[in-house]
Amino acid sequence: MTATADLSHHIIQAEGRRRLYSIAIVVITAAVIFAGYGQANSMNSGGFLNGLTKFFDYPSEIVVEAWEARTAFLGLMYKFTPALIETLNIAAVATILGGVMGMIFAFLGSGNLDIWPRAVPIARRTMDILRAFPELIIALFLIFVLGTSPVPAMIAVAFHTTGALGKQFSEVNENIDRKAIEGLEACGANWFQRMKFAVLPQVLPNYLSYFMLRFEINVRASAILGFVGAGGIGAELRRTIGWGQGSGDETAALFVLLILSIFVIDQTSSYLRRRLIQKNSD
Amino acid sequence: MIGVIGRSGAGKSTLLRMINRLTDADGGEIVIDGRDVLQLKGAAKRRWQRDCAMIFQQFNLVPRLDVVTNVMLGRLNGHNTLKSMFNIFGAEEIERALAALERLDIVDQALQRAETLSGGQQQRVAIARALTQAPKMILADEPIASLDPLSAEIVMKSLREIHERDNLTVICNLHTLDTARAYCDRVIGMLHGKMVFDGPPEDLKPAAVREIYGADREIDEATTSTSLPGRSATPPVSTPEPVSVAV
Repeated sequence: MTATADLSHHIIQAEGRRRLYSIAIVVITAAVIFAGYGQANSMNSGGFLNGLTKFFDYPSEIVVEAWEARTAFLGLMYKFTPALIETLNIAAVATILGGVMGMIFAFLGSGNLDIWPRAVPIARRTMDILRAFPELIIALFLIFVLGTSPVPAMIAVAFHTTGALGKQFSEVNENIDRKAIEGLEACGANWFQRMKFAVLPQVLPNYLSYFMLRFEINVRASAILGFVGAGGIGAELRRTIGWGQGSGDETAALFVLLILSIFVIDQTSSYLRRRLIQKNSD
Repeated sequence: MIGVIGRSGAGKSTLLRMINRLTDADGGEIVIDGRDVLQLKGAAKRRWQRDCAMIFQQFNLVPRLDVVTNVMLGRLNGHNTLKSMFNIFGAEEIERALAALERLDIVDQALQRAETLSGGQQQRVAIARALTQAPKMILADEPIASLDPLSAEIVMKSLREIHERDNLTVICNLHTLDTARAYCDRVIGMLHGKMVFDGPPEDLKPAAVREIYGADREIDEATTSTSLPGRSATPPVSTPEPVSVAV
């Protein structure tokens, strides 16, 4: 009886400690945010609250101009479609390249797949390095070396994607059930066969959703890279936003295109995932 | 057909896993057909693993693959890597897998995903996979420990039938004495990693049982029994027929 009383006392104490930590974290976070606000506000020109009143001026301008050009709006969207396709192309090639490379790194970097143990930290640190560089920096460097074209943007995005997908894929790998691997090992299956038949069926649906999410992120990243000379929809956005007043309709058309493409990717992703899961259950 | 009994942690599973080379041994040798299987490496080791099919307590099927594919995976060892990457199984292998499923009376579920099956059905799929390996012996690591009595009986009878019809050695780790008595020709008792009993099940007298389990008092088998009353293949020798099923 006293043993259970001790145990429940112990559990209540531990619970109280956890709650204390949570409160401390909330307080510290709030303090950091407030301190940071004061610091940032004193360094900015103009001040945060003054700027806030003007916050909606530019978007409302865009909306007004888009409304005035409403009859020509579809035409504008059609006009920018080639730019969108270029951006989607950059994103797609980069995601596929990065996905394949990421898969190789993911298998090397998973601790539960009978890999040579020393390869695991090496693969992980390599992925860390790949993720550490922002796409923009790599793209700027490559544009400097290779000139302005979609290729540097593609390499830059693929570089980052390898690290990001590699990490997510390896985390999926590490959550699998090892029993199936052991079952095949006991049949005398070699390493590739074990990975193909015991690991891939378990991880592919999750790979697919991370892959499609990354594609979506990469569409955005490729659009940004247009700002630094990689072409595509980003270059058009830079032009229209740079001109400011008068080209709000074009800016709006570009945004609508971007938003639509993200919608389509998201829907495709859930459709594919459903298909993949169902196919195996038939 | 050999039954291995002993307390949890006595080394029964480790013994089977060392024979199949899933676990490495610290030392010693395991001589089978005149060669030490502990020395095997690479392709030869995998070849040996194919020859001694393993059946697990938790079945160890690939949950998201269908039953017939799971069974065909038993043939992987004959495949080269490139061929298996493209998922190629021949008509002969499909035939063989279906025949094995038919024999285990589970061919109706061939196209279902393995994870949708009950425990007893999954274990029969695992045995079918073992059969398609065309093994020289079968190792079963507590094959019925997570099954209900009826499924357990089907699984044990299948193993016994394979032993008799295909003339394969079956080594089976067991938790219950009456199962060992009912199905095995030879019983090995283990305690703390050592063999403390080796003989026919008839010699499994209460004194021997006490030694194997390291118990000071009598063990009431009726409370641990997983067999159905009156359905044992042969009646228990030295204890009264279990009268109740504790599940």
